[in-house]
Amino acid sequence: MGTGKNVMVFIETRRGKIADVSLELISAANRLAGKLGGSVEAVAIGYKLHDELKTLGQYGCGRVYYTDDERLAHFTSIPYAKTVVRTVREYQPGVVLFGATTMGRDVAPQVASTLMCGLTADCTDLQIGEHDLKDVHYENTLMQIRPAFGGNIVATIVSPESVPSMATVREGVMKMIEPDPKKSVEIINEPCQVAAADFLTEILEVVSEEKQVNLKAAQIIVSAGMGANDPDGLALVRELAKVLGGELGCSRPVVDSGVLAKDHQVGQTGTTVRPNLYIACGISGQIQHRAGMSEAKRIIAINKDPQAPIFAIAHYAIVGDVKNVLAKMIKAYKNKA
Amino acid sequence: MGLNIIVTVKQVPDTHNVSGDAMKEDGTVNRAALPAIFNPEDLNALEEALKIKEQVGGVVTCISMGPPNAAEVLKECLYRGADDVILVSDRRFAGADTLATSYALKCAIEKVGDYDLILCGRQAIDGDTAQVGPQTAEKLKINQLTCISAVTAVDDNSITVKRLVEDGYEIVKSRFPVLLTVTSVANEPRSANAKKVMTYKNIGKEVCNSSYDEAYLSPGVCGVVSHIKEWNVEAIGADPERCGLSGSPTKVKKIHSVVLTACESKQVPNTDVGIADLMHELIEENIIG
Repeated sequence: MGTGKNVMVFIETRRGKIADVSLELISAANRLAGKLGGSVEAVAIGYKLHDELKTLGQYGCGRVYYTDDERLAHFTSIPYAKTVVRTVREYQPGVVLFGATTMGRDVAPQVASTLMCGLTADCTDLQIGEHDLKDVHYENTLMQIRPAFGGNIVATIVSPESVPSMATVREGVMKMIEPDPKKSVEIINEPCQVAAADFLTEILEVVSEEKQVNLKAAQIIVSAGMGANDPDGLALVRELAKVLGGELGCSRPVVDSGVLAKDHQVGQTGTTVRPNLYIACGISGQIQHRAGMSEAKRIIAINKDPQAPIFAIAHYAIVGDVKNVLAKMIKAYKNKA
Repeated sequence: MGLNIIVTVKQVPDTHNVSGDAMKEDGTVNRAALPAIFNPEDLNALEEALKIKEQVGGVVTCISMGPPNAAEVLKECLYRGADDVILVSDRRFAGADTLATSYALKCAIEKVGDYDLILCGRQAIDGDTAQVGPQTAEKLKINQLTCISAVTAVDDNSITVKRLVEDGYEIVKSRFPVLLTVTSVANEPRSANAKKVMTYKNIGKEVCNSSYDEAYLSPGVCGVVSHIKEWNVEAIGADPERCGLSGSPTKVKKIHSVVLTACESKQVPNTDVGIADLMHELIEENIIG
C-alpha cells in the first residue's frame, strides 16, 4: 500500500443504492489504474451497505474500504469528509475521484483542503500524462480536463506536486462498462473514527422526488435556454413541446437557475440525446450543450443573436425574439390542416 | 444582540461575453478584457444575509478578495445595506486556485473575528467550481451546509435550511457557527437603495498593509461606513507562500479554444409565412406529425 498508483473512487449512495456516477467512475478508474500500474479501490460510507457494495466488483473495483455506522446512514458534511480523509491517509491512492454531485462537491473540497492537495471540479475527461514543472519531470500525472469560462475554452489542469490528484466528474460523462458477474470485490471494514462532536448537522426531513422525464427515448425535444428562461418564454416552450408531442429539455444554466429539474438538462453533463427533431429555444449553444444534442437528425435553432454558436450546427436557423417565433410556430402548427 | 454575519463576494468576468483576448498565455484569465460583474449567486448570499438581519438583527460584513477594482462589488454591497466591507487585495494573491483563495479568506475572516454565520454564493460563474465555500469552512473548522435553496428558520443559536439534492431535497439544521453556500433559487436579490448610492458612491479606501496587531473593530449597526477597508497579506497575517500561485497546487497545463464545426444551415425568415413553410416542410418529411 501507499504506492500512490491506485485510483480510489468515492462511492455515493442514495437510499442504500450506489449512484450511477460512482459506477461510471469505477469504470473510468480501470483505465486510469491500468496506465498507472495500480488497482481500483473505493471508499464507501453508510449503514448496512455490505450487500449493495458487492456490485462494485463487477465493475472492476478490487477493494472497498467501508465505514459502517448508523450515524453515517444519511450524508452529513464533516463526518463524511473526515472519513474520506482518514481512508485516503491510510491507503494513499495516487488519484481520488468523486461524482460532481451535491454530495461529491460538498465532500471533495473539504478533503482537498485538509490534505492540501489539488482538486479540479467538473472534469469532462481524465487522462494520464507527463508534466514538467520547475525543472522537475513528473510521469504518470492525472490530466484533469474541463471546459472553463462558460465553455469557451477547454483547460487541462495538473497538480503533480501534491498527492493525491483529485477531481469531480459529472454523472453521465464517463461511460459505464458492462458488469462482469464473475468478478468480486474485497470489502474491508473500517472503524468509524468520527467524534460525536463532529456530528453537527441535524437532519429533520428527507424528501425524494421521482424523475418524470425521459429525454433519451424522446423523438422530439423542445429545449429552453436562458433566452427563454422567464415564465412567458417557458410557457411557450412547454406549449410547443406539448402540441408536437415532444419532451421539454433545457440547457444547464436553466437548471442552475433552479427553474427546471436536472432531468430536463440536455448536454455533456446532462442527458445526451439523439432525437429526430431538436428545437433549441434561446440556447446560445455552448460546447457542453452541443456535445449532448449535435447528433439530432434535425436541429432548429431560435436565437436573437445571429452570432450564437448554436447556429453553426443548426439545420434551420431562425434569428428573432424567441417568444415571438414560438408563438408563430405554435400557430402555424395548429393551422396545419 | 443579533447575529454577526459575514458574506463573501466576488467580482467576476461576465462569462457570457467572452472575447478572444480573454486568456493570457500562462492560462490565467485576462480580467481586463472582460466586463466585470457581481457574481450572481453572491448577490443571493448577500440578500439572504440582509433578510436574516432584518428578521433577527445583526451586523452584515462583506469580504471580497480581488484586484483593487473589486471594490466596486463592495460598493454594491453597501448600496444594498451591508454594515461593513473589506477588500482583501494584494498582488501576491494573484493566480490563486480554490485552496489558496480559501486560505486567504479564512485569514481575513479570522481577523474580523466574531461570526455566527458565513454566507457564500454556491459558485462563481468564472470558475464554476463551488469549492471555495466548503474549503473556507474546512479551514475555519466549522460546519457547512451547501446548495441552500431556502432558509426555513433562524434564531439566535441555529439555522434551518432546505438543500436541493439529486433525488429530492432535505431539511437540515445546524447550530452556529456554520457556513452556507446559497443557490440562485433562494431569493430575488434586492436592488440598490438610491439613498445609500448617494452616500457611498464616492467612498474611498483605507489601506492597511502591515498592522496585523491592529484589531478589527466592527462598526456595528446603523453606523455609516467611512472607508472600504483594504487588507493585504500582512494585514490578514497570511503566510505568503500559501497565497496566490505559490499556494496553489493546481496548475493550468494548457488551454485550447473550442472550434465550431460548421454545417449547412437554412435561414428561416422570422415571418408568419417563413415559419408556416418550415412547419409544413417538417410535416411533409414526417419529422413531426
